[in-house]
Amino acid sequence: MLRLALAFLLLVTPVSAEEVVLGLSQDEVAINATFDGDDILIFGAVKREKPIPNGDPLEVIVAVAGPLEPLTVRRKDKRLGIWINVDAVVIDEAPSFYAVASTGPIEEVLSNTEDLRHKITINRAIRFVGAPEQITDSGKFTEALIRIRKEAELYQTLENNVELAQQTLFRTQINMPANLVEGGYKTRIFLTRGGEVINTYERIIDVRKVGLERWLYNMAHDTPLLYGLMSLAIAIAAGWGASAVFRMIKG
Amino acid sequence: MQIYLPIAEVSVNAFLLLGLGGIVGVLSGMFGVGGGFLMTPLLFFIGIPPAVAVATEANQIVASSFSGVLAHLRRRTVDLRMGTVLLIGGLIGAAVGVVIFNYLKALGQVDLLVKLCYVLFLGVVGSLMFVESLNAIRRSKNPAAKPKRKKHNWIHALPFKMKFRVSGLYISVIPPIVVGITVGILAAIMGVGGGFIMVPAMIYLLGMPTKVVVGTSLFQIIFVTAFTTLLHATTNFTVDVVLAVLLLLGGVIGAQIGTQIGVKMKAEQLRILLAIMVLAVCGKLAFDLLVMPSELYSIGFEGH
Repeated sequence: MLRLALAFLLLVTPVSAEEVVLGLSQDEVAINATFDGDDILIFGAVKREKPIPNGDPLEVIVAVAGPLEPLTVRRKDKRLGIWINVDAVVIDEAPSFYAVASTGPIEEVLSNTEDLRHKITINRAIRFVGAPEQITDSGKFTEALIRIRKEAELYQTLENNVELAQQTLFRTQINMPANLVEGGYKTRIFLTRGGEVINTYERIIDVRKVGLERWLYNMAHDTPLLYGLMSLAIAIAAGWGASAVFRMIKG
Repeated sequence: MQIYLPIAEVSVNAFLLLGLGGIVGVLSGMFGVGGGFLMTPLLFFIGIPPAVAVATEANQIVASSFSGVLAHLRRRTVDLRMGTVLLIGGLIGAAVGVVIFNYLKALGQVDLLVKLCYVLFLGVVGSLMFVESLNAIRRSKNPAAKPKRKKHNWIHALPFKMKFRVSGLYISVIPPIVVGITVGILAAIMGVGGGFIMVPAMIYLLGMPTKVVVGTSLFQIIFVTAFTTLLHATTNFTVDVVLAVLLLLGGVIGAQIGTQIGVKMKAEQLRILLAIMVLAVCGKLAFDLLVMPSELYSIGFEGH
């Protein structure tokens, strides 16, 4: 019985022949007042007990995903001569940021089934249950979401952007744009051979506001009335100040 | 220099915001409009989320209007009594407007309604003012034409008469209160201070002199927008004080310059410029509604 259980355990958790050892240039992104985006260097090595296996070469995929959020994608149409929002599709979960970097073209380094299982490419990372009945082309809405966010560099597909040396050492750089949302950015590394994922590794990069940004954000949410009054006081003081300065200039 | 805004959660160029604030501030000081109807679409354009833009804009208008009012107070071109009467109407109207706004929001398509409201009111107000001030300029060039006599119509037959010394009026308080309420409702629905409706209403409906109108309009805008700022800060948490400071630094300086320009210009020139500006904004909004947009899709937050 015990032997059977042990054998079963070994079956479901096969010991990976090749494993990721990861390094990050930083595991924290601090958003301060002059935050202008950040570059994160992701590097690591493949640890193995046995010599490099023959056959398909080793490939590496790095995926960084921002916090998930629900969205509504709307489409305009012409009604009575004017362009107005007509159709809307609710996306249940879309990452606020998503970058996927790989050693080669994604179709070559990752099979479709493995992509479905691990949700690696951008299309798979977006989850949506279904569109209202009257919308038959709901695929266009997710396409539009990806297109708009790619233009804003919030979604990035970086093929051939992971350098892999001697099937052991890899490195890539992800550019985080300035318009970042706070939260934990899930960073996943996949090792593949012949399109099959053979090992995965996960780390969280913490993106958070610091200093003045943190203080103001907390104040706006914790003591909104005080925050509102402070905003008004600043406005009144600035208005009075400018008036006084101009009167002095005029003598 | 890029600055990250803590509430809007976007990074923007500080000098761009200072410049925008300055330009809108000049217009504010010249014409007595808060400038919200210009600034809010500009903020959308540079990528500030709409909710944050509307709320923060209200806060910035408080500053530029306050700066402008101080300049006008020194010139004795603020009718405090008339301003107070209009304000009472305005606050009642704003409260009614918020209720109407929430009702329309529940029905959906509130964005469209706001845009149509803009096009309609800007178009009507702008055209009327343009035609009137053009005629006034023609008349001033031709002094032989007979001067217009002060009209005595049904408005002067209403009860509760009050003396508005600065404006040189002795009229019933009912018309200003009604004007205040109407503007208040529209302001709440359209998310602006309402100066661009208030100014023409004061000139054409109440018969106030243009020079007094600007200061008086600014005076009541301060209170309406301060009220709006507090409402947004406490219910939606969408006032971005960093964005507001950048805008108002430019705005208060601009308002002072605008006031200086304003006093040097003739009243009808001032009116025709405001009319042209109002018509330009109206044209832009109408253009956006009528011409096929380059991107048909848009992303909205919140999953409903």
